[in-house]
Amino acid sequence: MKAIFTISLITLPSLSQAADLGANALDYGGGAWSPFVVGAGIGILSWLTFALAGKAIGASSFYATVAGFIGMVVAPGHTRSLKYYQDNPPRLDWGFAFVIATVLGGFLAAWSGGEIKDEWLHPMWTDRFGDSLLLRAAIGMAGGLLMAFGARLAGGCTSGHGISGTLQLSAGSWLTVIAMFIGGIATAMLLYLWL
Amino acid sequence: MKDPGSVVKASSTPKKGPAGLGRLLGAVAFGLCFGFLLQKGGVAKYNVLVGQLLLQDFTVVKVMMTAVVVGMAGVLTLHHFAKVNLHIQPLRIGANLIGGLLFGAGFALLAYCPGTGAAALGQGSWDVLFGMAGLVIGSWIYAELSTRLQATVEKWGDKGKVTLPELFHLPRSFFIPGFILVLGVCLYILDLYTVR
Repeated sequence: MKAIFTISLITLPSLSQAADLGANALDYGGGAWSPFVVGAGIGILSWLTFALAGKAIGASSFYATVAGFIGMVVAPGHTRSLKYYQDNPPRLDWGFAFVIATVLGGFLAAWSGGEIKDEWLHPMWTDRFGDSLLLRAAIGMAGGLLMAFGARLAGGCTSGHGISGTLQLSAGSWLTVIAMFIGGIATAMLLYLWL
Repeated sequence: MKDPGSVVKASSTPKKGPAGLGRLLGAVAFGLCFGFLLQKGGVAKYNVLVGQLLLQDFTVVKVMMTAVVVGMAGVLTLHHFAKVNLHIQPLRIGANLIGGLLFGAGFALLAYCPGTGAAALGQGSWDVLFGMAGLVIGSWIYAELSTRLQATVEKWGDKGKVTLPELFHLPRSFFIPGFILVLGVCLYILDLYTVR
């Protein structure tokens, strides 16, 4: 009896997974507010950053600044010799403060909406790839690495190019955001539906 | 009229204000709003972000496109009246394409992007920390290779700071309202035919 129970525990989830044609993102929760309200809010926020701070919203350069800070501690001479850090010396600037505050803003929104996750693995990840934290760490780190390298090469991320650049009708931003979605859709389909 | 791009807004908050601290406090206020909106919109959530790439959940495109429409209408109007400077990025066909494709692949692997990832950290989705470590390492790798990349890939198809109306040789006064209308219609259709 115990054996049957154990076997059914092992086989049932895998059978149901086989019956499912891959992952469905709609099985998990969505946003608390309408995407149009949130989008309009971000649009208005961009008026304010342009008008009051002379800045476009962007996030990816924050991570390059953090890497630069670490570089200045570990190997200051070498860091100063790198072209990127000659053009963009790492310092606690507007973009740095902006991204730190974005973390806090995310916390305030989640806290006020009772949506604090406090989780290392999202259910959609575990449903697809199991509960190995090591696998998540490896894939997540590889993803971050590719994203930062791509963002620096292209000149921005989904914020800097995807919102700020496109709203200024910057041709390079439109090309980049199209390439981002092509690369993203192909990789996600491969990972969640085809493999 | 002089080149609007060279005109700095004359107000109580000049572009390079005397108080660096004031500027940083402004950045904090803007960042708080940004992170708050991202989380409320659901775009700090793993499944919403992956769901967009799987073409199952269109929240990300709705948020981005609405932000672009609203942002464009305001920022380009302010620019027309010489109240703001634009920050146009150069069109570098090779770097934009390759960088964009790599970014997209990485986005699918991590599920959060650099901005939404920051909001996800605030929300307590700790898996984003692995991605943040990767983002720092990837930025460093770019910096290490920056001299070589700027001399090669970033020169491929470098067209300078060109905008869409310039690229298509259309007057801005015609292109901008038309483009906003097209994006608005796209959003309306998207809303009609998508679950989320």
